[in-house]
Amino acid sequence: MKHLYALILGALFGGILVKAEVLSWFRIQEMFWFESFHMYGVIGSAVVVGAISVFILRRLGTKSISGALINPAPKAFNKTGNLFGGIIFGLGWALTGACPGPLYALVGSGYGIMILTILAAMLGVVAYGAVREKLPH
Amino acid sequence: MIETISHPWPWYIAGPAIGLMVPLLLIVLNKSFGVSSSLRHLCAMCSVSKNDYFHYNWKKESWNILFVFGIFLGAVAVNYFLPYDGVVELSRGATEKLAGLGITEHFGLLPEQLFSLEHIGELRTLVIVIVGGFLVGFGTRYAGGCTSGHAIMGLSLLSLGSLVAVVGFFLGGLLMSWFGLPLLLS
Repeated sequence: MKHLYALILGALFGGILVKAEVLSWFRIQEMFWFESFHMYGVIGSAVVVGAISVFILRRLGTKSISGALINPAPKAFNKTGNLFGGIIFGLGWALTGACPGPLYALVGSGYGIMILTILAAMLGVVAYGAVREKLPH
Repeated sequence: MIETISHPWPWYIAGPAIGLMVPLLLIVLNKSFGVSSSLRHLCAMCSVSKNDYFHYNWKKESWNILFVFGIFLGAVAVNYFLPYDGVVELSRGATEKLAGLGITEHFGLLPEQLFSLEHIGELRTLVIVIVGGFLVGFGTRYAGGCTSGHAIMGLSLLSLGSLVAVVGFFLGGLLMSWFGLPLLLS
């Protein structure tokens, strides 16, 4: 059941990504060139809705369907990794015009060439796995 | 009605809809919203590397693989049932900057003159499609998240690390869009 729910929620997200046009290479360039408010509006309002939701869920002591208390933990803080990794990802985001979610949605939108980008991203993950102990975090 | 939702959504509809993925995933699966770790799970699932980084019980995270498969299916469904044939309506400034880089075709979601198998032998397409993908994979794992995990989920939790990562995303993106891309396309 859990897997079916994950599939449905993913499909919902994929559909939203298409209609929000956040998977468009054009929109990403427009954002980084400060030529449109669209992407800032999307990301900004998503964060506001996300933050308010988390606040309410915690405040009400809401439980998930499985019965566990909802209390999401922030990711581990590693200043150097967050910054350097972030910059490397940002370079890739502006080149491909896609972050990971949009990559899958672009393939679903008929851009088969993005399968190569996903494979290249997996190669990047393998490379990170190989050198991660030598990198500052 | 169908026509209205088939048209691309304005930011004030699209953004809150994306934000609602956060409570939905928490309530239904008790999971934090995030996409880029799926790349690691896919590597582990396919046993592509013997490195320790891929020796963990990826099956425990299999929801994430189904989630991204769902993203693919959702995009297929939306394009089939709620098609939109128009172009991405860019601002005039962006259109001019694109024209300055020689990008004049605006059909679809991305410029086919850069993203097509026909051009895969050309340096610029290789860099955009392959090197770009590599940087996305390497960078998101080094940073510990992407736009969904850090920018949306992380900032929703008011996490300092996520804020640092998002600043990094923008530094990298600005560098590429203002300097790297013009150099590559010139």
